[in-house]
Amino acid sequence: MQFTVNGQTREAEVEPDMPLLWVLRDELGLTGTKYGCGVAQCGACTVHVDGLAVRSCQLPAGAAEGAEIVTIEGLGTPDAPHAVQQAWIEAQVAQCGYCQSGQIMQAAWLLKSNPTPTDEEIDAVMSGNLCRCGTYPRIRAAVHAAATKLREA
Amino acid sequence: MGRVRTITRRTLLVGSAAIAGGVAFGAYRLLTDPANPLRDDLGAGEAALTPWVKITGEGITLITPHTDLGQGAYHMQAALIAEEMDLALGQFTVDPGPPAPAYYNTAMGGEMAPFRSNDDRFRAEAARHVFAGITKLIGLMGTGGSSSVPDSFDKLRQAGATARETLKAAAAQVHGLAVADLATEAGAVILPDGTRVPYTGLAGAAAAIAPVTDVPLRDPSEWRLIGQPMQRLDIVAKSTGTQAYGIDLRLEGMVHAAVRTNPRRGDGMRRFDAEAARAMPGVIEVVEVTGGIAVVANNTWRAFRAVEAIEIDWADAPYPAEQADHWAAVEAAFDPDFLDATWRADGDVVTALGGAEVIEAEYRAPYVAHQPLEPLNAVALVTDEAVDIWVSHQFQSFVARQVAGVTGHSADQVRYHQQYAGGSFGHRLEWDNVRLCAEIANAMRGTPVKLTYTREEDFAQDYPRQIGMARGRGAVADGRVQALDLSVANVSPMRSQVSRMGLSAPGPDLQIAAGGWNQPFAIPHFRYRAYAVPGLAPVSSWRSVGASSQGFFASAFLDELIHAAGADPLEERLRLCDWDLARGVLESVADMSDWGTDPGPGRGRGLAFVESFGVPVAEVVEVTATEAGIRIDRVHVAVDVGTVVDPVTFENQVQGGVVWGLGHAMNCQITYAGGVAQQSNYHAHAGMRLNQCPEIFVRNVGAALGAKGVGEPPVPPAAPALAAAIFDATGQRLREMPFDKHVRFV
Repeated sequence: MQFTVNGQTREAEVEPDMPLLWVLRDELGLTGTKYGCGVAQCGACTVHVDGLAVRSCQLPAGAAEGAEIVTIEGLGTPDAPHAVQQAWIEAQVAQCGYCQSGQIMQAAWLLKSNPTPTDEEIDAVMSGNLCRCGTYPRIRAAVHAAATKLREA
Repeated sequence: MGRVRTITRRTLLVGSAAIAGGVAFGAYRLLTDPANPLRDDLGAGEAALTPWVKITGEGITLITPHTDLGQGAYHMQAALIAEEMDLALGQFTVDPGPPAPAYYNTAMGGEMAPFRSNDDRFRAEAARHVFAGITKLIGLMGTGGSSSVPDSFDKLRQAGATARETLKAAAAQVHGLAVADLATEAGAVILPDGTRVPYTGLAGAAAAIAPVTDVPLRDPSEWRLIGQPMQRLDIVAKSTGTQAYGIDLRLEGMVHAAVRTNPRRGDGMRRFDAEAARAMPGVIEVVEVTGGIAVVANNTWRAFRAVEAIEIDWADAPYPAEQADHWAAVEAAFDPDFLDATWRADGDVVTALGGAEVIEAEYRAPYVAHQPLEPLNAVALVTDEAVDIWVSHQFQSFVARQVAGVTGHSADQVRYHQQYAGGSFGHRLEWDNVRLCAEIANAMRGTPVKLTYTREEDFAQDYPRQIGMARGRGAVADGRVQALDLSVANVSPMRSQVSRMGLSAPGPDLQIAAGGWNQPFAIPHFRYRAYAVPGLAPVSSWRSVGASSQGFFASAFLDELIHAAGADPLEERLRLCDWDLARGVLESVADMSDWGTDPGPGRGRGLAFVESFGVPVAEVVEVTATEAGIRIDRVHVAVDVGTVVDPVTFENQVQGGVVWGLGHAMNCQITYAGGVAQQSNYHAHAGMRLNQCPEIFVRNVGAALGAKGVGEPPVPPAAPALAAAIFDATGQRLREMPFDKHVRFV
């Protein structure tokens, strides 16, 4: 099967019902996307598929074929971070950091579709992303800071 | 052996040794007692002389042996060394290093001593020394009990200072100058003419001279890093998906394994049928393992699917199958036969309650799971000659022995590669993933095997927080709390935990009393008895361990007595308080929360104080009773850890601890049916979500001596402060966690 990931065409020999998460992690070596629950309860596996934030543990490879997939590695890099990643760095959000790829991908999608979210809107969009370390106060602050960065960019 | 000699031997010794292409510095306590079984290890030289600072021509590596579980341990350790060594944050790399006795935890043992933190009498201090000595004797490397900062604070600054002064002495020799004329700055020795000689250029010279010992530590006024906000060393990687965790490791030729072991935690499989699994795509091998069965495949998901397709008939649970029987066992343990210890017997509680109107209440705390977001995993490569194991573990010094016990190698043939953890909360103190991965890889010698748990397997095999109950009896008079008789019955987490390491824990378990018996309140008649409940599900240390439930029991019942006395929850605690540091945090949190003002209609405010791991913490929770349920608006937290190493990580840890304490008190429990945990994923055991998270304000009073850890102490007061706030808002007393059995949350 062929996948378009972070602007590149990638090939993987997988069955159509393998979740995109495992295509990314085990077949394509993109381990920034995390396995947390496998049942869309934690959001650690969030990626963008055709511009939408999607739980990659729930999207079969067959349905992802041909779509534009963006993972945390494609959003930005340590040398050139996306505005949301920059806000996450400045707010020092992460503790263990395992959920943060998913949090950042979810927040990037939120701010693309709603550049000036209220606290209630942030709550509504971000509450599907679980953080066991409890970094929520910093996530809220970083989403607001990223919104400001993106508006001023 | 003469006394003088003994003291000399126990003096802090500092050593350096040549390593391949460079020099190594370390500060450690040398174990030279001839009767000490570790002596042979030390005699071997380098293995016991394991350093914290490595310098080669290429660069500087700081060794950070405490496991980073997300609490920022690597950064904290490196910052302490860098402070004295005059390194900037970008000038070194960190490495967890190999396990070695030199890295024994100097702080973990002291906290095991059964004395209150404000007890500085000779007996208490002597006991702390004895317990600390045990960790030294067995070379216990451990990351837990909020001990990383207290263990590291002096020791690692000393290691940095030794490295700095030895590098200066080397530079003095090379350049024919006096040491007194040299300075250091940002990774270089500065000569009188301003020439910068990088440390990396001095490695060879430094290796050839005797290390400079007895270097005094700098005055806090000279600190550049400690106490200042720093950018965490791992923050960029963790914000860009480039931080590699154990689960992300990829080795050439590696295969992927998944496992199922008995969800009833009993003997294992009676029968199984793996026919269908063997025929599934990508399956390489089916391996019977201790307690269950594993599938090895060429992709994690294929392994997951295949292992789930195996039909298994499991052996029975060695504990009651149904949850109601677990509670019955806890209730039955309030019996002299099960008395573990009477931890406190101030005054005469029997007489005091005899003639009084007795206030009684009963409290419950359920089993709760750890479930960090990175599922348990490990990678192992077994060959005939050696074993390599890649895993994140909190008991670094025991991993090799555990692996060797499985594969038949000797422990020194096992190489342990510490991995970065995606959270732990006590989960990575256990051994199942380590042993099982070694077992599977042993069946596939020559092929690296990555074992990944499904979330469901991780829930099923979690060793949860101890289940427990408390029965409180008390009396008040003249607006004051006069008598408190608290009995708790808990499963012993320490006994359960060490049994899985093939050890036994003699004496009473401090953890089934912690957080309750050590309340710094001089109630005239105060008894605290702890009963150990036998025969229930295996349990383990869960962030803040015993205090996570006893803190709730003790603080909540005290709140009931204060209410019955008609006193103010803050004023009465201050009146009873017999520990200055506790008084400090109570006064501080009162100031932060405008205690005493009207919270407004439908709103409530609750206060709790709990000490754990030597750190006093007071929290005030503010709630609003809305039509949609209880909303938690704000939390104020005052702690006293003494010196804060990094204020950013400190605040993040405290906020996270509050979220942990509140979230699990709100909606989490593990219950058993048919011997199996009924909660299999986060839908049934979520903790707090972002939309429920209050604003959390944090303050460190800073009156304590030294530097304490703060990973755990903010957890225990969260639940009782929330319960008190809900009572203040609604008049409803919550005596059982999770609270959502009794109230609705927004």
